Amino acid sequence: MSTQIRVLLAKVGLDGHDRGVKVVARTLRDAGMDVVYSGLHRTPEEVVTAAVQEDVDILGVSLLSGVQMTVFPKIFALLRQHKVEDMIVVAGGVMPDEDVEELKRMGVAEVLLQDTPPQYIIETLTALVAARGPR
Amino acid sequence: MARPYIPSLDLIDPASKGETWAIARLISRAEAGVPEVREAIGQIYKRVGRAHVVGITGVPGSGKSTMVNRLVRRLLDDGLRVAVVAIDPSSPYSGGSILGDRIRMSDLVMHPNVFIRSMATRGAVGGMAHAALDVVDILDLAGFDKIIIETVGVGQDEVEIAKASHTTVVVSAPGLGDEIQAIKAGILEIADIHVVSKCDRSDANRTLTDIKMMLRDGVGGALTRGWAPPVIGTSSLDNEGFEELVAAFEQHLAKLDGAPGIERREQISIFRLRKAAEALMLEKLRTESDFETYGQRVAARQTDPYSAASAIVKHFSTET
Ligand code: B12
Ligand SMILES: Nc1nc2c(ncn2[C@@H]2O[C@H](COP(=O)(O)OP(=O)(O)O)[C@@H](O)[C@H]2O)c(=O)[nH]1
Ligand SMILES: [Mg+2]
Repeated sequence: MSTQIRVLLAKVGLDGHDRGVKVVARTLRDAGMDVVYSGLHRTPEEVVTAAVQEDVDILGVSLLSGVQMTVFPKIFALLRQHKVEDMIVVAGGVMPDEDVEELKRMGVAEVLLQDTPPQYIIETLTALVAARGPR
Repeated sequence: MARPYIPSLDLIDPASKGETWAIARLISRAEAGVPEVREAIGQIYKRVGRAHVVGITGVPGSGKSTMVNRLVRRLLDDGLRVAVVAIDPSSPYSGGSILGDRIRMSDLVMHPNVFIRSMATRGAVGGMAHAALDVVDILDLAGFDKIIIETVGVGQDEVEIAKASHTTVVVSAPGLGDEIQAIKAGILEIADIHVVSKCDRSDANRTLTDIKMMLRDGVGGALTRGWAPPVIGTSSLDNEGFEELVAAFEQHLAKLDGAPGIERREQISIFRLRKAAEALMLEKLRTESDFETYGQRVAARQTDPYSAASAIVKHFSTET
């Protein structure tokens, strides 16, 4: 029985910074995870629909455009609408500390900003899935 | 937010009503080879068999994903519900994967009659082909009329998946160096339909002619008796050739449902049974602690590998 972790990495809105998300995709693949990449310029609706169909363990949203405080509330509302409140949501990219606190209150499991070492990303995601348990 | 484990049997009802989360969760369990899902698959199996399964295969870069995007659009125009299973190879080093087929299908995502699922070749007990057929049944249960499986046409597992589809499409593209990639990959003979993609390119005619000549020379034959594989040119760029391709699907499906076609369905079932048996055997082998004991004896040359293996096999086939 496989315990392969599935992750959807998503870029939302006009944000065209994709270097980081591609680094993360390769990092996770090399750690043995299955990574679905959404491509650039998706809407929250598209991202959540894809995440539900792919039944990923983790929905990872990469944002360097500053719009996190409008994007994440939408994502959580859509996840509830799709009956997948149990999906783990993580954020990465560039965002101010006060937003990070607010995002965590909202339900974002982890926020991993610039210069996060690859090994730390792997360990964090693995631990989140382990803590959730089988589903 | 954690929630209690929902037994697979309880997912059948919401999945059959088209609830995406339930369909997706059942698929994950089938893909992972969770033993708990088997009873559910067994129940589902008896309820389905309606959907038309189309396998699309060809070398990487031949334009399969882009083609699936166009093809699905065309099928949606007919009012059909369409599911896509896009399979990419896992990294042989880490076992992980980056599944990128979805990017080329992004304008389909929000359509209510479409479901897209990405899968990696490894990670399933007893091979990918086995899990893919379980996934097909789940999607059939969920009411999808056409189920399209995109696989990279290299490697045994991928070829097997293509063979286990009702209709197998082999895609060749101009400009990939080798004019007939299907021959090189050894997949020419599994095609029910040949597609030459990227026909907006001037060098496509050469590929079309080459494949037609090969077929005329009797190289490659269809798996369905009484069916001559057509060669169809498409361009995803110009959205051309898809009427013809969809028409060929229907003609092939009609053949499949005719008397000789029954054989194909039986072949698929035999194949599947074999795969299921393999999966169960492998599972038992993997939990077989005798390997260590026998291994020591083999290393010490007290017994030989074949005698030891046959003792192990005898041992696990008698327990239930
Ligand atoms: C390179 C870069 C660009 C390149 C992007 C190339 C590309 N294809 O990616 C170019 C030149 C195109 C560019 C353009 C712009 N940029 Co710029 N850019 C940068 C820069 C210098 C580095 C970003 C980068 O690639 N870092 C390297 C990668 C590896 O790091 P990363 O993305 O942060 O990812 C790491 C972590 O964040 C984390 N991570 C990231 N995503 C995820 C996801 C998950 C799930 C997880 C777990 C982890 C994770 O893991 C990675 C590894 O540790 C940053 C400055 C900075 N300090 O970040 C500005 C920056 C992001 N850019 C900025 C701006 C304003 C722009 C422009 C609007 C400029 C303009 N006026 O035109 C345009 C917008 C383009 C667009 N359409 O989006 C601002 C954003 C301000 C904000 N957020 O409020 C920044 C912060 C610069 C600044 N200080 O003002 N940019
Ligand atoms: N000219 C042309 N290029 C195409 C066509 N279809 C796909 N491509 C290109 O071929 C490349 C591979 O396409 P993709 O669909 O990912 O191929 P796959 O690996 O077989 O799934 C991409 O760069 C596409 O843009 C087509 O109809 N015409
Ligand atoms: Mg593809």
